[in-house]
Amino acid sequence: MSIDENTAARVAKLARIKVEDNALPALAAEFNTILGFIEQLNEVDVEGVAPMTSVTPQRLKRRVDDVTDGGQQDKVLSNAPDAREGFFAVPKVVE
Amino acid sequence: MSDLNKLGLAEARDALRAGDTTSVDLTEACLGSIEAADALNAFVHHTPDIAMDQARAADARMGPDAPAMCGLPIGIKDLFCTRGVPSQAGSGILKGFKPEYESTITSQLFEAGAVMLGKLNMDEFAMGSSNETSVYGNAVNPWRRGNDDTALTPGGSSGGSASAVSADLCLAATGTDTGGSIRQPAAFTGITGIKPTYGRCSRWGVVAFASSLDQAGPMTKSVRDAAIMLEAMCGHDPKDSTSADLPVPNFEALLKGDVRGKKIGIPKEYRLDGMPEEIEALWAEGRQMLEEAGAEMVDISLPHTKYALPAYYVVAPAEASSNLARYDGARYGHRAKLDQGDGITEMYEKTRAEGFGDEVKRRVMIGTYVLSAGFYDAYYNRARKVRTLIKKDFEDVFAQGIDAILTPATPSAAFGLGEASDDPVQMYLNDIFTVTVNMAGLPGIAVPAGLDKQGLPLGLQLIGRPWEEGDLLNIAYGLESAVGFVAKPTKWW
Repeated sequence: MSIDENTAARVAKLARIKVEDNALPALAAEFNTILGFIEQLNEVDVEGVAPMTSVTPQRLKRRVDDVTDGGQQDKVLSNAPDAREGFFAVPKVVE
Repeated sequence: MSDLNKLGLAEARDALRAGDTTSVDLTEACLGSIEAADALNAFVHHTPDIAMDQARAADARMGPDAPAMCGLPIGIKDLFCTRGVPSQAGSGILKGFKPEYESTITSQLFEAGAVMLGKLNMDEFAMGSSNETSVYGNAVNPWRRGNDDTALTPGGSSGGSASAVSADLCLAATGTDTGGSIRQPAAFTGITGIKPTYGRCSRWGVVAFASSLDQAGPMTKSVRDAAIMLEAMCGHDPKDSTSADLPVPNFEALLKGDVRGKKIGIPKEYRLDGMPEEIEALWAEGRQMLEEAGAEMVDISLPHTKYALPAYYVVAPAEASSNLARYDGARYGHRAKLDQGDGITEMYEKTRAEGFGDEVKRRVMIGTYVLSAGFYDAYYNRARKVRTLIKKDFEDVFAQGIDAILTPATPSAAFGLGEASDDPVQMYLNDIFTVTVNMAGLPGIAVPAGLDKQGLPLGLQLIGRPWEEGDLLNIAYGLESAVGFVAKPTKWW
């Protein structure tokens, strides 16, 4: 499978990482190198093999559905690049 | 006592309990050695005030019944969130981030009386094998090739931890290991590093890279020290749903060094074409030493070994692309300066383009690709199936009665900074002997085992059964005793 510049641009868009147009050829070439390495997996017979969901055979624990934390608005906002009136502030998202 | 920073955890603990020294003295010795070691670029955030407060508190608490880590000065990898102290995971996107909370592991260490000297350099988001992807610049290996002053990598991603422990800037350090990030740098710097079974150490408050592979562990000057510190780091944590609710043994008490009757597997697939002769010879010596100590060597096969690295480079980037989606410029860390008319999408795209380094971007995008519609089955699901087969390889040999598996830790000694950074795939091959262990969730330990002809340390790896860190540490202790590795880097920094 070969990745062209359009695919590289689409992946960058999906990943929400801005990539300038002039950087796309190099990016596509890197993807092809890495995917070429990954292609080896096609040699493996995986017929009837279940995909791994958990590396250790333990059940995930459940906890009681209780409120155990909260009331820390100031701490939650303390690292925000832009916090106003108790909220995270971002560019306008609704017209 | 002189050169207190050169002590290991066990010696320092015994000296503290005996009243021969104080935590304040130990801590001052380490802080002094850190100040004189800027050239190593190992410590990237210094916390001397916290360290001295913790040292005084530890001295007040000291006594024969004080916890094992009480008063012992250590370094903390930048991946661990530490309250009020910068925790950037080596990334520009977390510049200025000071967590309001403490990771479970650092909480446990501090409750046990450990002293934090500062935060340690690392590859950005733990993605790298040479510490060259760090926003702080390269950490440098205290070891050099003979009289050659070429700067060498301490390995990665826990490069700062490895450099600091090897250069005696601290008594020990925390590391994390997703594909070899504790064991490879430990091997490159002549120290011991153990990655426990997946689920032993809580991941809560440790910046996530690939959640199904990430495990924390100690990086220390000896196997005994690894046993002491690992015990303090392990334990069930309700805040990490994959944390194992199992009792934590007294690992140090299990160190008998007696390997008689232990079955040690030697996997034929770890003999690579083009592997340096010195690595091959080191491995053979390790086999011989364990055999002379009474262990039984058994030739084994782990047939899917070859596919562990390509499968890893699907699974880990896939999980990373999901985990790193949280860096959006809205809630913490860096936000790009926006132009007139930019909306929220531009904010995300510019913030992530500016905040992430090249390797992180590469992996996030590869992960995005292998998870995208149309490729999910071909790449991601196939890799997860191969992972099942890799784990089964190990289960099969353990079912045959194998107690541990002996392999080289790395395919080479430490290389020069800049010598391997052009080709990402070439860099990935550093983890060829270690990554299988993460894919199978097993415990693995790297132990220094010799020097190459240029005078650089080389390590051997032992892989254990799940949850059997005690037995693994004991076998490693037997190997360590047989090897008798005492070399230290010559101070140039």
